[in-house]
Amino acid sequence: MSRTRPKTLSRARPRLVLAALLLGLMLLGVRAAYLQVVSADYLKTQGQARHSRIVKDNSHRGMMLDRNGVPLAISTPVDSVWAHPETALEERKNLPALARLLDTTPRELTALLERNKDREFVYLKRHVPPDLAARVTALKAPGISLLREYRRYYPAGPVSGHVIGFTNVDDQGQEGLELAYDAWLRAVPGTKRVLKDLQGNAVEIVESLRLPVAGKDLVTSIDRRIQYLAYRELKAAVAANHARGGSAVVLDAYTGEVLALVNEPDFNPNNRTNLKSDAFRNRAVTDLYEPGSTLKPFTIAAALESGKFSPDTLIDTTPGTFQLGGKTIHDVHNYGVLTVARVIEKSSNVGASKIALSLGRERLWDMLRRVGFSGPTGSRLPGEIAGVLHPYSRWMPIEQATISYGYGISVTLLQLARAYAVLANGGELVPVTLLRQDAEPERTRVMSPDITRAISRMLELAVGADGTGAAARVPDYRIAGKTGTVRKLTPSGYSSDDYVAWFAGFAPATHPRLVMVVAIDGPRGGRYFGGEVAAPVFGQVMSGALRLLDIPPDAPRLPPTRLVAAKDGKDL
Amino acid sequence: MGPIRWRVDKPLLYALLLLAALSLVVLYSASAKDVNVTISHFVRLLLGFAVLIGVAQVRPELLERVAPWVFGVGLFLLVAVLGAGAISKGAQRWLGLGPLRFQPSEIMKLGLPLALAWYLSRGGLPPSWLRIGVALVATVAPALMIAKQPDHGTALLVAASGLFVLFLAGLPKRLIAIALIAVAAATPILWGHMHDYQRNRILTLFDADADPLGTGYHTIQSMIALGSGGFYGKGWLNSSQAHLEYLPESSTDFIFAVFGEEFGLIGILLAIALYGFIAGRSLLIAFYAQDSFSRLLAGGLALGFFVQFFVNIGMVAGILPVVGVPLPMMSYGGTSILTLMAGFGMLMSIQTHRKIVEF
Repeated sequence: MSRTRPKTLSRARPRLVLAALLLGLMLLGVRAAYLQVVSADYLKTQGQARHSRIVKDNSHRGMMLDRNGVPLAISTPVDSVWAHPETALEERKNLPALARLLDTTPRELTALLERNKDREFVYLKRHVPPDLAARVTALKAPGISLLREYRRYYPAGPVSGHVIGFTNVDDQGQEGLELAYDAWLRAVPGTKRVLKDLQGNAVEIVESLRLPVAGKDLVTSIDRRIQYLAYRELKAAVAANHARGGSAVVLDAYTGEVLALVNEPDFNPNNRTNLKSDAFRNRAVTDLYEPGSTLKPFTIAAALESGKFSPDTLIDTTPGTFQLGGKTIHDVHNYGVLTVARVIEKSSNVGASKIALSLGRERLWDMLRRVGFSGPTGSRLPGEIAGVLHPYSRWMPIEQATISYGYGISVTLLQLARAYAVLANGGELVPVTLLRQDAEPERTRVMSPDITRAISRMLELAVGADGTGAAARVPDYRIAGKTGTVRKLTPSGYSSDDYVAWFAGFAPATHPRLVMVVAIDGPRGGRYFGGEVAAPVFGQVMSGALRLLDIPPDAPRLPPTRLVAAKDGKDL
Repeated sequence: MGPIRWRVDKPLLYALLLLAALSLVVLYSASAKDVNVTISHFVRLLLGFAVLIGVAQVRPELLERVAPWVFGVGLFLLVAVLGAGAISKGAQRWLGLGPLRFQPSEIMKLGLPLALAWYLSRGGLPPSWLRIGVALVATVAPALMIAKQPDHGTALLVAASGLFVLFLAGLPKRLIAIALIAVAAATPILWGHMHDYQRNRILTLFDADADPLGTGYHTIQSMIALGSGGFYGKGWLNSSQAHLEYLPESSTDFIFAVFGEEFGLIGILLAIALYGFIAGRSLLIAFYAQDSFSRLLAGGLALGFFVQFFVNIGMVAGILPVVGVPLPMMSYGGTSILTLMAGFGMLMSIQTHRKIVEF
């Protein structure tokens, strides 16, 4: 093996190579310093612009609770699938699988994305179940992401459907308290910056730019137990009488709190597909009815207030009819001569008319206004209307007479309940509220306690053995109430076979706590009198409610033997 | 006989061990904490160091004797790969040898400097015009075949190692000057023969943002990674460019971008210093080598190593076009670690078999 000493190799070449090496290293070092120090900020910004995205940060809507803290509306987190259309269209191989998951066809999905190509955000499917959301995520399709949203769930379902209402898919209140207190319940969404990977999926939250604010909880005045009771009994009564619909409301006589408010037909707020808007109507506040005989106590109150009448004043209702201005006013029977109290008990239209006609028009009108008719109740429920009570100056004598027994005036069920609360609580008008009241409500005295006491006694007679509303009675409690059976006004005059059956009353009569009004609209089962159709609902619900609220009975049936035993026990 | 005295160059060995340790740390992060990848890399490193120690024990004379054979086998395999690629009508870079996939171009990285060092040292230095001509052909032919695969990165490295040996052997200054002029003149012609993507890669150098989603994409993403690292770096495992999958090839060709993002300018300067030390130490070995073959071989290997990391880092830093050159030792995959370590084994062999030991 021959080997030659490298004599001819110049000394310059190693130096050249070493110099090149050092130069190269310096070049790399300088370039790195340029990138990492001089233009670091620029490159960092560029990186952030690519990595991060500002996204909406939703929070949940406030809960709705009943007065005892039982939830009536709660928000559960759900995910919605959305797309960044341009990104999603770049990589199409995932679209068929995605379309299958979202229950659509690849063609429709592509068309949707194409249509929204110049937008940054398009929903593909709202509120998907968790397992579906997981499968969408697992696709890892570029430009397809999930957005955390909240779906409303109503544990009581149809029981409190009308009063609680519901929200739309965007979590905005649409009906009921959801709409009335939307601003209170609504969450304020925040924004956050998230890191996203190359597929556009948010990987990590970097910072919250604006914290979302959860909606505030709303404690309603509803007592879920009484609400359920009222729902069950009303539903049963409407079904049994083949009625068109119905409403019932239970009020606290002193605070104006609504403990229960139900309507038929009802709806399930958790599943509102295939429902007619008819079912959404909160009839207790949106529908007007003539109150019929349930209005008579206020006529009598005006009469007592005038000083011209006392409960014992005699009225001659013979022969059970009364001619006025070419019209005839009928009673069911010829009751003969009645005391004012018995006019209520027997529900004599002739008697009420004669009393009203002997008073000034203004006096009756003023009484009806004072107890809240044709005025707002304060409930704030959406769609509530005021009712119709014409100014007394326009009243003809026949109107003066018919209004006395509840025709020619239109009220809502809630208004009637509030007016009965005045009779129950000793003469004070309170605003109706659907929120639990922890403070004393503002009350307006509109009637003297003497008069309400007198009316209350008459109303007790009306549910007595000889009264029209005996079916409303509750064992162990004294009940005060009044039936009403109203022919419905049709375009061709008053109907002969379409009625509204009423019952309005309160209990316990000695110290009234609960006011309840029931209306059954269009009973077709053969029975249509308020005392037959509406009064039993009152009796059933009131019986349960009084016991649920531990209200002491005021008509005890104590067997003497037990009294003795108790006495003996004490002596020991 | 006393205990066997292992022939290793300690400064080079320690530097390489340090680099190997660093590569595991970086790769773990760059592969998104993929333990399998990291272990697989570790196994390759172990094999690589075994090859290094093994080759270092071989006498340079033996290397000189096998040199033409290594080149010959490499050339044969290149032709075979090319033929197989032609038959399957697809690009092919590797040959399957049982479970092993071996790239013949990797053999050529060593085979060419070996062969040229052997050939040029035989004829006396400086080489004759004939020998220069033969050496040029021996350089260009395999480089073209590799480029045809197409693997431009390796072709570039192979051609560079050949030219370095020629240069060190004493290429006449006139010839160098002529070559430079010829390259300058050929550039427009070469430009005309380039694929669009190749042209774009070069254009991208001048304005990476011109086509941020296309050819500039790699460069922009790696520059963002370096810039985001700043002076001190984001810290180990904190590279968002790599972990959010923005940086392509983050555990192979662009691993240095991950390193730069996580360890900042300080880390980069230290890494460049480490690479520079290894290249410098190799060059010193070349300069102090005692015979022409050793000197040329060592010089070619040293400069080949330098060019490889320079091109890779230059590409990551956006000053060189994107060509598929892995970062020696750090980049994951392939058999390049084995050839790299075999090369360093030869350098150690040259260094430790000198008659005068100290310098």
